[in-house]
Amino acid sequence: MVENRKKMVEVKHLDITFNKGRRNQTLAVQNTSFDIFEGETFGLVGESGSGKTTIGRTIMKLYEPSAGEVLYDGTNVHDIKKKADLKQFHQDVQMIFQDPQASLDLRMKVKDIVAEGLDANGLVSGKDERDRIVEEMLETVGLKKEHANRYPHEFSGGQRQRIGIARALAMNPKFIIADEPISALDVSIQAQVVNLMQKLQEERNLTYLFIAHDLSMVKYISDRIGVLHWGKMVEIGTSDEVYNHPLHDYTRSLLSSIPEPDPEIEKAREPIIYDPTREMDGKERHMIEVAPEHFVWATEEEVPMYQERAREFGLI
Amino acid sequence: MTEKILEVNDLKINFNTDSGTVQAIRDVYFDLKPGETLALVGESGSGKSVTTRALMGLLAKNARIERGSVQFKGKELIDLPEDEYRDIRGSEIAMIFQDPMTSLDPTMKIGQQIAEPLIKHQKMGKKEAWDKALDMMNLVGIPNAEAHINDYPHQFSGGMRQRIVIAIALIDNPEVLIADEPTTALDVTIQAQILDLMKKIQKEFGTSIIFITHDLGVVAGMADRVAVMYAGQIVEIGTIDEIYGFPQHPYTWGLLNSMPTTQTDRGSLEAIPGTPPDLLNPPVGDAFAARNQYALAIDEKQQPPYFQLSPTHFAATWLLDEQAPEVVPPLTVRQRWAKYQQAHPDASNKHAKPVEASAILAR
Repeated sequence: MVENRKKMVEVKHLDITFNKGRRNQTLAVQNTSFDIFEGETFGLVGESGSGKTTIGRTIMKLYEPSAGEVLYDGTNVHDIKKKADLKQFHQDVQMIFQDPQASLDLRMKVKDIVAEGLDANGLVSGKDERDRIVEEMLETVGLKKEHANRYPHEFSGGQRQRIGIARALAMNPKFIIADEPISALDVSIQAQVVNLMQKLQEERNLTYLFIAHDLSMVKYISDRIGVLHWGKMVEIGTSDEVYNHPLHDYTRSLLSSIPEPDPEIEKAREPIIYDPTREMDGKERHMIEVAPEHFVWATEEEVPMYQERAREFGLI
Repeated sequence: MTEKILEVNDLKINFNTDSGTVQAIRDVYFDLKPGETLALVGESGSGKSVTTRALMGLLAKNARIERGSVQFKGKELIDLPEDEYRDIRGSEIAMIFQDPMTSLDPTMKIGQQIAEPLIKHQKMGKKEAWDKALDMMNLVGIPNAEAHINDYPHQFSGGMRQRIVIAIALIDNPEVLIADEPTTALDVTIQAQILDLMKKIQKEFGTSIIFITHDLGVVAGMADRVAVMYAGQIVEIGTIDEIYGFPQHPYTWGLLNSMPTTQTDRGSLEAIPGTPPDLLNPPVGDAFAARNQYALAIDEKQQPPYFQLSPTHFAATWLLDEQAPEVVPPLTVRQRWAKYQQAHPDASNKHAKPVEASAILAR
């Protein structure tokens, strides 16, 4: 089964350094590798500053990696130089942002926002076709075609996020990077947007990279999950396995902090505090497949310990 | 009956805007006892922040308090002169906000920011006030406090800044602490630490807390009672066990049902459809009716009264009326009911009686 899946995105030994060569040089992402398969949702979780947004933007070609590479559909995205190829890439790969207020130009009408990518890439031939696509997209995301002539401030946060999704969909993308798409929304609206994203994924066979710090929503939407800590991927696995049987201590700590709407659970909650000392011992670590499709960032010496944990959970 | 520290009675607040009058708070009743934590839960625009700003005397200029009273230890706060309010605000009723950066002065050393209320309100000497500030920094868990007392806010992480804000809020030992989404901007692990800190402080000082949030998960371990707000009204209020275990208002159901837990199966998450009503022209009947799959015909015509389920539990929904048909709530809610009724065999929603809203205050 594993062999049959097509790799849509391959991130290989990615290093991203900011301010390289200067005093404030920061290694934002270190030696990170993961794949995203066609049609799946890959959830990227971690705290602020862990590098999740940086990785998303690097896949989008907004940052240059300092080492390693990102392959999209088999091609290194940072080698895409020809105009036609770039155009295709920017059509295929779209992004949805956290704050719909900030990512929509308040002086533009909804129809111009939705058609922005089409216009920039010269993808529509006339006004009629443009209007037709805009209307179709608005209806696809649960808005009305009459909304096309309004301005973003006339909409609620959830509706604005729908406009952002319509703008991405208008390009007929294959792969969408959703960077905290629901974090700024009310709980009752979050579920609407997540359900919409799942519906669109099924209808259009979309592939998602879903970046978030809300762990229960990531668990809900993702097929597989990668856990980032301080720029390093510490664990990758199916979402059920990572949540129910976390192997790395950091993942365990993160999961122990998710609040649940249940007073009994909450009153008994004892958050596990993560001790990063071991992580800082300077030893070389690699992603090691401890159980089938379940990877942990470990030294050779740590492997037996993680295998023991996996055995306790019955994973191997 | 223990003495109440705060009582909000029939509060109604309108905002005058260019497009007309927005009825932001519509007939709100609640109270707070010493050492108690009350959670105000609702979406943006439900009126939770406006309510607390009214308590702090910090309403915007275009706000008009139409009627109602807010009593703090028996003293009426509505229309209190500003100079008298200044003695209460910050020292007896303190507030912490969502984004710590907005309440910290970026150009002022944090030691000074924490000590300032003591110097201003209690006329304490500088040396003594700074010593107290240092104690408070240790209490809220700022590591190596002595070395950082002269640092500026930008030198701290988000979680540490929120601890500083809490230190400022608590330095005067207020009786009521209003926390407006205090952990929403923080990472989950930091959120857990801040919630722990707030619980610890409450135990130590006996502070009463009003905790505002849109996330029912966050307050499940914090609150003693929960008031669910929708479109400027409290639609359901009860003890924490009543709201999470035996919820009655379809909006509360929707809120509980639209949050995935780590156990929720793919494809089974039910969102509340639509968006909250426009409070320029609030709907005639039940404000939630348009989004409510359990709405009855009467919901369109007449606003439901509060139905009382226990001395502490009230819900404003026609579903509790004796003539209402029996409805089947969402699965996750039925599971909550079953578990609650096992622990409380007498719990029933069959005999809830309509009561005056002021009955909320008579517990």
